[in-house]
Amino acid sequence: MAQAKTTILSPRLDAVLARRLLGQMALIRRFEEKAAEMYALGKIGGFLHLYIGQEAVAVGATSTLRPDDYAVSSYREHGHCLAKGSDPRRVMAELFGRRDGLSKGKGGSMHLFDKSVNFLGGHGIVGAHLPLAAGAGFAINYQGGDQVVLCFFGDGAVHEGEFHEAMNLVALWKLPVIYICENNRYAMGTAIHRALAQTEIWRFAETYGIHGEAVDGMDVLAVRECVGRVVERARRDKTPALIEARTYRFRGHSMRDPAGAVYRTREEVEREKQRDPIALLTARGLKDGVLSEADVRAIEQNVADAVDEAVAFAEASPEPPASFLFTDVYKD
Amino acid sequence: MGKLNMVKALNLALLQEMERDDGVVIIGEDVGVDGGVFRVTEDLHRQFGGTRVIDSPLAEAAIIGTAVGMALYGLKPICEIQFSGFAFQCFHQIENHAARYRARSQGRFHCQMVLRMPYGGGVRALEHHTESEEQFYAHIPGLKMVIPSGPRTARALLASAIRDPDPVIFFESKALYHAAKEEVPDEIETMPIGRARIDREGRDLTLIAYGAMLRVAREAAEVLREEDGVEVEVIDLLTVSPLDRETISASVQKTGRAVVVHEASRNFGPGAEIAASIMEGAFLSLEAPVRRVTAYDVPFVGFAREWVHIPDAARVVSAARDTLAY
Repeated sequence: MAQAKTTILSPRLDAVLARRLLGQMALIRRFEEKAAEMYALGKIGGFLHLYIGQEAVAVGATSTLRPDDYAVSSYREHGHCLAKGSDPRRVMAELFGRRDGLSKGKGGSMHLFDKSVNFLGGHGIVGAHLPLAAGAGFAINYQGGDQVVLCFFGDGAVHEGEFHEAMNLVALWKLPVIYICENNRYAMGTAIHRALAQTEIWRFAETYGIHGEAVDGMDVLAVRECVGRVVERARRDKTPALIEARTYRFRGHSMRDPAGAVYRTREEVEREKQRDPIALLTARGLKDGVLSEADVRAIEQNVADAVDEAVAFAEASPEPPASFLFTDVYKD
Repeated sequence: MGKLNMVKALNLALLQEMERDDGVVIIGEDVGVDGGVFRVTEDLHRQFGGTRVIDSPLAEAAIIGTAVGMALYGLKPICEIQFSGFAFQCFHQIENHAARYRARSQGRFHCQMVLRMPYGGGVRALEHHTESEEQFYAHIPGLKMVIPSGPRTARALLASAIRDPDPVIFFESKALYHAAKEEVPDEIETMPIGRARIDREGRDLTLIAYGAMLRVAREAAEVLREEDGVEVEVIDLLTVSPLDRETISASVQKTGRAVVVHEASRNFGPGAEIAASIMEGAFLSLEAPVRRVTAYDVPFVGFAREWVHIPDAARVVSAARDTLAY
C-alpha cells in the first residue's frame, strides 16, 4: 500500500514515449473540446460527460496494455475508448447518432463499444460495469489466457454496492482485473466527503486483501508506472488491484452544469487547472530535452486535424434508417 | 395563482407538504446542495436543511431501503431516483420491501413513501435515460403508479402521493418538465389517486393516454375533428395503477371504440391491461377491437430515431381511423 506518488518517482521519459503520451492526451482534449462545441450546436444529442482534465489516467493506464488486453468504462468513456485505440471518426459519428458510429448511431455518448480494440463499452449506470470486469477476468483465467482487464470508474461508483461485490469477487477468485478509480472528488454535484465514510478510496483494497495504491492522476508518467506494475503482476500471478488515481474534471459533470459552480468554487477549479496533465507532461518533456517546442506544435496540429476530420466524417455519415430500431434485438 | 412549469409546480408541492408536515423528508442523489438533476428540489435544502433534504451517496438500493426503514418508523420519505432507468439498482427494495410491508406484517407496518423518478423520452437522451417503465411497477400489488400530464396535475397528485398511506411510484415526464406552463393555485391542491380525468369529451372514439402521451392524444383528437369530423373523447389516466376502470368503461360504453396510447413498449404493457378491462366492462358496446399505439418492443433507440419509436399524433390518428373504419 502506498500514498500518492510524485513525479520524482516517475520513469525515464524518452522522445518516442513523450510524443505518444502527449499525442494521445492532446487528442482526447481536442476531441472533447470539439464535442462540447458540437453539443452546443445541437449536433450531439443526449447527455455528454467530458473527460477534460482526466486525460492522464486513461492514457497512462492504457499505455501499459497489450492490444489483446481489455478495457471497460463508465459513462465518461470517450477518453478510454480513444486511448484504447478506437478511430476518433467513428467515436464522433456515434456521438452524432450517425450510422458509421461505433454503435451504429444507436448508442451515443455513453454507449461506445469497440470489439476491434477490446473495448467492452461505456456504461450509463454508475458502478454497474464493475462486476462485468470481474466476469471478463474470470473468462480469461478459465480459458488460460494471460490478458488483463482495466476497469475505469469514478469515485461515485464506490458508493454503490456493486463496487464492493466486485472487489470481493476478484479477490476471492484471484482474477486479473485492475480497478482504476478516477477520483475527481465529485459524484455529479456531491463532494466526496459528503458521500463516502472512507475518502481514501485505495484503502478499500485492504478490506478485501488485494493490492491498493493511490497515484497522482494528473501525472501521466506516475499513472503509467503504477498501472504498469500491477498489470504485469496481474498477468503473471492473476492478482487484482485497486488503483485510486487522484484527478479532477475541469468541466461540469455533464453539459447540464458546464461551469460546475453550484457545488464547487470557481477558485478551486482554477487552482486545479494549474495541474493540467497536458501542461505537466509538456513541461517535463521540454525540461528533459525529449520534446521541442516544434514537437508540441506538431502534435497540436495533428490532433486538431484528426478531430476536424472526425467531425467531417460524422457530418457526412447518414442518420440510421428507421429500420435500425429493430436490428440487434435478437440474433437475426 | 401563478403560471408554473412542471418543475416549479412539483417544487411547490414539495415545499408546501414539507411545511405542513415535519415528518416529510427528501432523500436522493444530488437533491440537496445541487438541487436535483432536473432541479425539482431546488432551494429546499437551503430552507429545510440537510436533515430533511438529504444528499445520499450513489446507492439506489440503500436510498430505497433506508426510506422503507424511515417509513416503518413513521417518517414520510420522498425518494428521488435520478432517472427511472437507474431504478433497477433498487428494484428489489421496491418490490420485496416497500410494496409488501403492509401485507408481510399483516397490516402492522406500512410504508408511506413516494418514489419520484423522471421517465420517458422526447428530450434526445440516451439509453437508460429515455425508457418508460411504468409497467413494472403497475404490475406489483401494494404499489400505486401515478403519472401526471402537466404542471397542475403534477403538483396536486404529488401532494396526494405524499399523504397517501401506501408507497406511490411517481413518474415525471422529462419531456413535460419545461414543455408548458399552467395556472397553478397558490393554496394547496390535491387530486384523488386512482381517478382518471376526462380531458376532452366526445362520442365517437375514446383515446386513453397519460403522462407525455396526453399531448399526443390531444393533438390527434384535434386532427380527427378537423379532418374527419370525428368527436374523440380523451381520457387522461393520471394513475396507471390502481386503474380507474369505471371511467374507462363508461366512456367506451358511450363511444364503442378505444385506442390506448403509451410510451412504454407494447408486450405485456399497460395497454394490454386496459384493453382487457374494456373487454370486461364494455364488451357489448364495442364496435371494433381495442387498438394500442405504443413504443416498439426493442430495448432502446438512439436519440436520432427517437420519434420513430415514441408514439406521435400521426400514428394515433392512423390507429383511430382503422378503428373507426372497422
